[in-house]
Amino acid sequence: MTAAFVDLDRVTLRYGAGDTLALSETTMKIAKGEFIAVVGPSGCGKSSLLKLVSGLMRPSTGTVIVNGQEVTGPLKIVGMAFQNPTLLPWRTTLDNVMLPLEIVEPHRRRLRGARAEYEERARAMLASVGLAGFEGKFPWQLSGGMQQRASLCRALIHEPDLLMLDEPFGALDAFTREELWAILQDLWTRRPFTVILVTHDLREAAYLADTIYVMSKRPGRIVHVRRNELPRPRTLETTFTRDFTDLVHELRNHISAVRAAQDTIPEDAR
Amino acid sequence: MTPRAKAVVDKSMPLLSAVGLFVVWELACRLFAVPEYLLPTPSASFLAAWTYRDAIWMHALQTLLTTLGGFALAVAFGVLLGALVGSSRAVYRAANPLLIGFNSVPKVAVVPILVMWFGIGTVPAVLTAFLISFFPIVVNVATGLATLEPELRDVLRSLGATRTDILLKVGFPRALPFFFASLKVAVTLAFVGSVMSETVASNLGVGYLMMSASSRFNMPLVFAGLLVIAAMGIAMYGAFSVIEHRSTRWAHRGGESL
Repeated sequence: MTAAFVDLDRVTLRYGAGDTLALSETTMKIAKGEFIAVVGPSGCGKSSLLKLVSGLMRPSTGTVIVNGQEVTGPLKIVGMAFQNPTLLPWRTTLDNVMLPLEIVEPHRRRLRGARAEYEERARAMLASVGLAGFEGKFPWQLSGGMQQRASLCRALIHEPDLLMLDEPFGALDAFTREELWAILQDLWTRRPFTVILVTHDLREAAYLADTIYVMSKRPGRIVHVRRNELPRPRTLETTFTRDFTDLVHELRNHISAVRAAQDTIPEDAR
Repeated sequence: MTPRAKAVVDKSMPLLSAVGLFVVWELACRLFAVPEYLLPTPSASFLAAWTYRDAIWMHALQTLLTTLGGFALAVAFGVLLGALVGSSRAVYRAANPLLIGFNSVPKVAVVPILVMWFGIGTVPAVLTAFLISFFPIVVNVATGLATLEPELRDVLRSLGATRTDILLKVGFPRALPFFFASLKVAVTLAFVGSVMSETVASNLGVGYLMMSASSRFNMPLVFAGLLVIAAMGIAMYGAFSVIEHRSTRWAHRGGESL
């Protein structure tokens, strides 16, 4: 097997004075271009995982290796999108999408000279997620789903090797969410990048991911890894197949087991 | 009421309330026969303003320039300090108690010190206007910078943005509405500062004019001075309100500015 693109080796993360254990002995190997999802109850350290991989936090013990190098500071090849689209209200949609180009090298140096070319790229990107014609609108003139699409474009415009998604569709209605699954899958099929998706929507994980990690909480630990071999491209039809619902059920059972195990802990401690 | 009439009433509300106040004041003075050396009628005050227009013009111009001078210093200093306090936790911790302590000192108590250092006249007035008006600017700029969403900071840091990048691309644009809001407050405070200093230690400015008028029991002229200061304050506040609205339209969507 080739070396993993993202390699977490027995990573532990403690908060504050060393009391709260957010992540415990987490080991993950993610191949280049793989789409993985991390599911688990809220408060299980899923977001901490993203911060560790992107270098915004350092592990207490263990190592995080991305692209063959140990992560010691914020990585520069990462795109990120959160539940909150965090677009800048004083910039138009187009300018919001182009923000990373003003920061990431080599685009930053080239931007002044090749602005038209980059603008074209941003427009094409917006068109590919169905936002053609909204380039000049301000974020607050867009619906929540549209803002989230723009946020995805911003996360991908500089062609990062690694995309981190922290419950990106959590605040959207079910229909918009399913629409965006398809859009994300399209983007990923067109130019494969490695994705770490954190979610507590099991159907979302089953629709999008190649590999699904189930986590327990306090301390966050990976309790189950499940390959997802459902054929691609997956569509809304896929979600009604037997294989899909079986997979969701299986995941659901693991989550229930994790939650049940946790609920007994306080009684033991009494 | 038709929408058109409603709009007209809405537009003329500020004028109506001002005229209403003057009418009530005038009637109260006449009805209760309040002697002029206690409270002159607004009509007497306006008449005095007209009679002494040359003197008032000269003193008002002096006050306006002193105020704007102190205010300009406050903006420059306030933005600089606000940027430092808002972007560094260490500076915040170090500067905050000092700033609060300093702001709690009544500036009228500082004027005599300034007079000892710089003599009477324009300099202490400019400095008092500065001292009284920089605090809201510092606080607002710092708040605007410090309340940056953590997710946004993460997005930028994971792109490899430096502290300066984050400050320029997000921090300052985001702090702009806070900054403009503080300017409106600060400019009216600056008038308080300069007039106060003029009353205590100057021979120029509306503050001095009112002081000397009251020593001659010319109450209509004292009130004329007050009205002039109020008018200048409203004009400056309005000017900054317009600038605020123009430059940070995104923050005022769907609403009038205050």
